[in-house]
Amino acid sequence: MSIEIEHVNKRFGHFVAVDDVTLSLPEGQLTALLGPSGSGKTSLLRIIAGLEFPDSGRIRFHGEDATDVHVSRRGVGFVFQHYALFKHMTVFDNVAYGLTVQPRRLRPSKAEIRNRVTRLLELVQLDWTANRLPAQLSGGQRQRIALARALAVEPKVLLLDEPFGALDAKVRAELRRWLRRLHDEIHLTSVFVTHDQEEALEVSDRIVVMNQGRVEQEGTPEEVYDHPANPFVFSFLGQVNLFHARVQDGQARIGDLALPTAATGDQPEGHGLAYVRPHDIEILADDSAQGALAAVVEGITVVGPTARLELKVAGARDLIHAELPKSRLRSLGLSQGSNTWVRPLNGRVFVEPGRTPADPESVGM
Amino acid sequence: MTLALRQPSVIPGFGITLGFTLFYMGLILLIPIGAFLLYTAQMSWADFWQAVSHRQVVASYKLSFGASLIAALLNLVFGAIVAWVLVRYQFFGKRVIDALVDLPFAMPTAVAGIALVTLYASTGWVGQYLEILGLRVAYTQLGVVVALTYIGLPFVVRTVQPVLEDLERELEEASAILGANRLTTLRRVILPALLPALLTGFALAFARALGEYGSVIFIAGNLPFRTEITPLLIVAKAEQYDYPGAAAIGTVMLLAAFVLLLLINTLQWWTARHSRR
Amino acid sequence: MSTIASHIHGTRAAAPTWRRATEEPAWVRRLLIGIALGFLSLFLVLPLTVVLYGAFEQGLQVWYAAITEPDAQAAIRLTLLVVAIVVPINLVFGVMAAWAIAKFEFRGKSVLITLIDLPFAISPVVVGLIFVILLGSQGWLGPWLAEHDLRVIFAVPGIIIVIAFGTMPFVARELIPLMQQQGKEEEESSLTLGANGWQTFWRVTLPNIKWGVIYGVILCNARAMGEFGAVAVVSGRIRGETNTMPLHIEVLYNEYLFTAAFAVSSLLAGLAIVTIAVKSLVDWRDERQRHQAAA
Repeated sequence: MSIEIEHVNKRFGHFVAVDDVTLSLPEGQLTALLGPSGSGKTSLLRIIAGLEFPDSGRIRFHGEDATDVHVSRRGVGFVFQHYALFKHMTVFDNVAYGLTVQPRRLRPSKAEIRNRVTRLLELVQLDWTANRLPAQLSGGQRQRIALARALAVEPKVLLLDEPFGALDAKVRAELRRWLRRLHDEIHLTSVFVTHDQEEALEVSDRIVVMNQGRVEQEGTPEEVYDHPANPFVFSFLGQVNLFHARVQDGQARIGDLALPTAATGDQPEGHGLAYVRPHDIEILADDSAQGALAAVVEGITVVGPTARLELKVAGARDLIHAELPKSRLRSLGLSQGSNTWVRPLNGRVFVEPGRTPADPESVGM
Repeated sequence: MTLALRQPSVIPGFGITLGFTLFYMGLILLIPIGAFLLYTAQMSWADFWQAVSHRQVVASYKLSFGASLIAALLNLVFGAIVAWVLVRYQFFGKRVIDALVDLPFAMPTAVAGIALVTLYASTGWVGQYLEILGLRVAYTQLGVVVALTYIGLPFVVRTVQPVLEDLERELEEASAILGANRLTTLRRVILPALLPALLTGFALAFARALGEYGSVIFIAGNLPFRTEITPLLIVAKAEQYDYPGAAAIGTVMLLAAFVLLLLINTLQWWTARHSRR
Repeated sequence: MSTIASHIHGTRAAAPTWRRATEEPAWVRRLLIGIALGFLSLFLVLPLTVVLYGAFEQGLQVWYAAITEPDAQAAIRLTLLVVAIVVPINLVFGVMAAWAIAKFEFRGKSVLITLIDLPFAISPVVVGLIFVILLGSQGWLGPWLAEHDLRVIFAVPGIIIVIAFGTMPFVARELIPLMQQQGKEEEESSLTLGANGWQTFWRVTLPNIKWGVIYGVILCNARAMGEFGAVAVVSGRIRGETNTMPLHIEVLYNEYLFTAAFAVSSLLAGLAIVTIAVKSLVDWRDERQRHQAAA
């Protein structure tokens, strides 16, 4: 079942939570709503669920208007950030709840309920916890029970609010992969909210990047990561270095160095900012390459196989961050205080209209 | 712009629950109080002033406010110690003692009244020893203070206790590491953190004491000008069908209660803000 | 900081045998515990003991005779009748008020919360006076009530009304913070699973606030049975008719029937003890649940 969101607006007092959002979430896909806190992603999810009412706009499920359908009849599965398991009920009763509250004529028989709950508990690999109370489970287990409970009523869409937010790093990673596999098995149209770009990139089929109540970009993880539509998306999806750049004839230059990527924006000429990811900064042993910038190594951090460098480029205010394999670092023979040269290999330039070209220097991150 | 009365919510039952709440409170609380104030307002100023400024009445204000103040101060000091001991120390019977603190809240005031007078009368378990020291409690102003201390006892303990429990040990440890001794830490770190709760508890005990009737009348002896509290005067006037006189004094007490309630609310708001940081 | 076991303070076996930097010396601790226990014995334990001692001093038979004597029986019956009416009303009020306040955001909410506290702040004597003036024979509604042959003041309805006024906040005060702290997620979750409002209340909300409700009801009950000042003003003290238990105690005491007064008092004191026992049970459960949730 696809979800169509049309011109949805939502304010809380003076705060604009959702600002004229129009989106179409295709059937059977797992979509991530990604954004910083306060970007309106959770409000949008709650509006889709029917837990919050939009000030204006429509929500359609598979073309059918659901805006005024009450949450209890909307047929959504909702997994809350803190699970919202019923503390006083056993795991079994929690999962069975949605079935037992149905009107008598629709309610499955006791045996049928038992069957379905058992199957769901097997699906989330927690059938042995049926008679426990939620307080006796770990965070990751509670999360999976919350999911089983949401699936018990056979929802048309599944909505998850920061599903891994309250878990520690290891459980988080495991549960992420598990959710992805589960989705591949059941193919239910699903939407989850996250502020963690890595999580969104790893798990989802589609990413919707939100900021200040608006959709900044929408697309597959590759599209969004490789072709960010604007500076916000670029900087939100990972660490980034900023360089002042001049744009002439559709060619961007940082100092003497020509960047291979074309500039964006309406103006073919002017001053812009080049966004370069740390792994797109090449570290050179000498200044043989044209346009390389002289730099001093300020700090080295080795995390597993990757080395992270902090570099001071002459005349620049902020440090440049670069990432390279540990082996490469060793062959360069760099240590703290070494002189070296850096060259942005790949990047994206966003032209700032009305600014005149300035000195080639790197600015804030 | 939300001029709406409430934010929309999917949770049902707002209309009926708020409706019943307002209806019931209006019927039993607000309309009667309004009618009472209106009744007083119909008195002439001269009559009103004469009723509330009579010498006997003024003497009762002095006793009621004075004894309530002393009782609340006693509770402030001892309540703080009790709260501290209950939160910080382990000793035999602590659970029972902790539970007992609520007793004055649950014990009918008349029962407390006859218990206290029996205890503190010159032949009572405590009174006979105090007599030797030359202290008379029953049928004196001291008796009023004793009764009011009893009924106000839970308030300071119960407002300070949770704040003390939430007080991070690290704060004190940090203070100790920075070179403060225990007394300095108490004065500079612990007391400021407890201050809003202490004041709230003090104000609650004072407000409760001011209006108290049942536990006081047995031990006070009710001598005009000496041990007559204001609520007793109101009852006496009502029993003599002097309703305007009773209403005038009652209005003074009611306004004092409003002021105290406002004060307590402000203090609680302050406590909440304080503890969130 | 001493390191040897000579510093065991006679506390728990698990207590550390050395002093932490943020602990007081042993003598300070003993002094403070002594002051606290002395103060509480003088003001809590002794009054309670004197009531029970006075009640049973002359044996069980005298005690039994005192509480079964006709006037005492009438007072007990009246008191039970009053709480049977007042407590359910204030229970319904408390649950409804807490639901409206904890689950919704609306204008004037903090004013409403303050107003619910109002009966705590008003002297019971003034409460009685308010209703005498409103409903008594010389009061505003008095003539109308007389015309319809309704006796409210110096009769049972007046007693019910002032007790309802005085005990109004107890259930609400217990439930409002509890329900606010529990938030709305479980209710929302129930609704997304297809339950209606009524099902959500009975199956999700009520089990979560059950213990708060129980304590609120018991406290409301204890205070309703013990209400004195307000009842003293409106009851008219007609023996065997409008005397509640506390008023009956006063009558007995003023007639120097101390043993009988303490006998009736012992019933109310027993109720007070049950009340605080239930409270510590509820607190203990909460504490345990919090520990479990944290674990």
